[in-house]
Amino acid sequence: MRTPARRWRAVGTALVAVAIAGGSAACSSSDDGSSDGSGGGTYAIWDPYPQFNDDSAWVKLLKDCGTSAGVTVERTGYDTTDLTNKALLAAQQDNSPDVLIIDNPVISTLAEAGALTTTEENKLDTSSMEPNLLGAGQSGGKTYGVPIGANTLALYYNKDLLTAAGVDVASIKDWPSLTAALAKVKGAGKKGITFSAIGTEEGSFQFLPWFWGSGAQLTALDSPQAVSALTLWTDWLKQGYAPNSVINNTQTTSWQEFASGDYAFSENGTWQLANAEKLDFEYGIIPIPASGGGTAPAPTGGEFVSIPVQSDTGRYATSQKLVSCLTNADNLLTTDTTLSYIAPVAAVQDKQVAADAKLKVWVEAVKAAKGRTGDNLGTKYPKISEPLWTAMQAALSGAKSPQEALSAAQTTAAGATK
Amino acid sequence: MRRSRAYGHRGGWAAWAFLAPVTLYLLAFYAYPLYRNVELSLREYTVRSFVQGGAPFAGLDNYAKILSDPTFGPALLHTVVFTLASLAFQFTIGMALAVFFHQHFPLSGTLRALFLVPWLLPLIVSASTWSWMLNSDAGVVNAALGAAGIGPVNWLTSPDWSLASVIIANIWIGIPFNLVVLYSGLQAIPGTLYEAASLDGATGWQRFWRITFPLLRPVSAITLLLGLIYTLKVFDIIWIMTRGGPTDSSTTFATWSYRLGFGNLLPAFGPGAAVGNLLIVMALVFGLIYIRIQRRQYA
Repeated sequence: MRTPARRWRAVGTALVAVAIAGGSAACSSSDDGSSDGSGGGTYAIWDPYPQFNDDSAWVKLLKDCGTSAGVTVERTGYDTTDLTNKALLAAQQDNSPDVLIIDNPVISTLAEAGALTTTEENKLDTSSMEPNLLGAGQSGGKTYGVPIGANTLALYYNKDLLTAAGVDVASIKDWPSLTAALAKVKGAGKKGITFSAIGTEEGSFQFLPWFWGSGAQLTALDSPQAVSALTLWTDWLKQGYAPNSVINNTQTTSWQEFASGDYAFSENGTWQLANAEKLDFEYGIIPIPASGGGTAPAPTGGEFVSIPVQSDTGRYATSQKLVSCLTNADNLLTTDTTLSYIAPVAAVQDKQVAADAKLKVWVEAVKAAKGRTGDNLGTKYPKISEPLWTAMQAALSGAKSPQEALSAAQTTAAGATK
Repeated sequence: MRRSRAYGHRGGWAAWAFLAPVTLYLLAFYAYPLYRNVELSLREYTVRSFVQGGAPFAGLDNYAKILSDPTFGPALLHTVVFTLASLAFQFTIGMALAVFFHQHFPLSGTLRALFLVPWLLPLIVSASTWSWMLNSDAGVVNAALGAAGIGPVNWLTSPDWSLASVIIANIWIGIPFNLVVLYSGLQAIPGTLYEAASLDGATGWQRFWRITFPLLRPVSAITLLLGLIYTLKVFDIIWIMTRGGPTDSSTTFATWSYRLGFGNLLPAFGPGAAVGNLLIVMALVFGLIYIRIQRRQYA
């Protein structure tokens, strides 16, 4: 007879054995098929889509691409913010995945760390990609990955509410006409617009369409155009056209405010399309207007597929096959439909619009969009973005005037990017 | 002789064998991370040198950098105000409630259990709930103030109020801990003392100041010290409610350290670690003060 204590000890021993076996299996898997890239083996892919499990179309696509390249794909999905740190640590320990799918502004950081291969080294073909989307993955004349899909910002509006307030959406062409519409909405007893001006990268992301739409450049945060953009937002808060809570809103909380039905407009992204269908009012989408009319360039969101540096360079050939498979036209259509993204290739964009006419406004917005790390800013962008969101918070909370806040931001940014 | 020495030797090995796991544990999970944190703060790390190695030794440059940073002054002030205000209110309210529940009235057990709820909730839940309640436009607090005829307060979005808001939330979260520890301290005070005092005609106020308070001193000291260390490093509540903003108005050392290390696309590990080390030193100083006081008490 075994006593319970003994049995537990046996279970414990078994667990340790399993852990050791698992550990050694995990270690050996990264070495499998290391010598020749095409002769089978296991290839690791990391992506920021933890919402997809092994039964999803996305993971099936990954596995199929592996099969056609003659290898087994081992896929891990991480939370977006988590993935940046994970990728940096993995690079530090020479433990990087073979294929890394990562948020576009992180590309320049990882490239700066020397963790990513360039298209010269990995032979990826980026010729069909839209240049404005590819821009986020370029730094110092080199390209570090292929966009897998793009999203960006536009204005969702509440059709029922605007009709009731007597606002014609077609009249909104520039900032003055938008502000006039907000005034009308407020006059009708409703709330104007909600956005996210939180003190993180998310806040800068939301402010950039207005910043760029004024004609301002990230290299001069205190230009008169930049001040006019921040003044626009600050005045909306002062007039009560936008709620004070925007200072702490994430894009999700700002969407929840819009979904309550009290707000006429919400600045939000392509990724809310699925939620928009669940709204209990009619909605529409217009591009974010530039100050003097036309569509403002919004920042591009979305991920890049990249091939991290490996000590065994023989693996790149197969990794390249995997990435080409993921980013060929047919698969892009499937992937971007699943992710509710806009494809980075014009031909696929046309197919998307043909399948769903509602996507047209998003395709236009993506065409006008700009990478945050583009304009050869690269890793300077984060050092400019932080002073920018700090200035935004200072002006909106009334701690400083837009001019004072942006002058201070320019001093900080110039010091940090010297 | 020989036998006993051999026995002692074997005993020594056995002792080491028993000591080894805990020593390894301490080294791997306490000493090494601490060492790495000090090392991070003394080198000039960029993302490149973080991955490729070879970060140059920078001496105290990172410390000089954070000391001259415009955020340093406000962050220090906020850390001190946040900690002292939280401790003062948590302790006073916790003490008042402990004395109150010590009376053993009907339902006191149930009510005391209810007071523990904030302690049981995950911090992300309580912090998110507070940020909903304090929302400028849709929050229940402003709705209540409005009903009482007081204009809306921008609790989380005004630089004048954001620190007060996170302190209020932190006090609420800290009360149960103080209540529980002080209440159990009260149980240890013999009831006969109170009986003797009432026979001598002491008022309730006198009983508290002459009996309860002095006899609770050791318990109070440890409650305050533990509270101090908890509060110094409070991060989640502030980060979830205000992200340390608007514009540093609720930034403490803990949120500043996180923002430097992880809050930006381009991490500044060196300065982030330096701020973290300052926090550790602050907690250590108070810990040493406590040990000294305790020694004097027992000496």
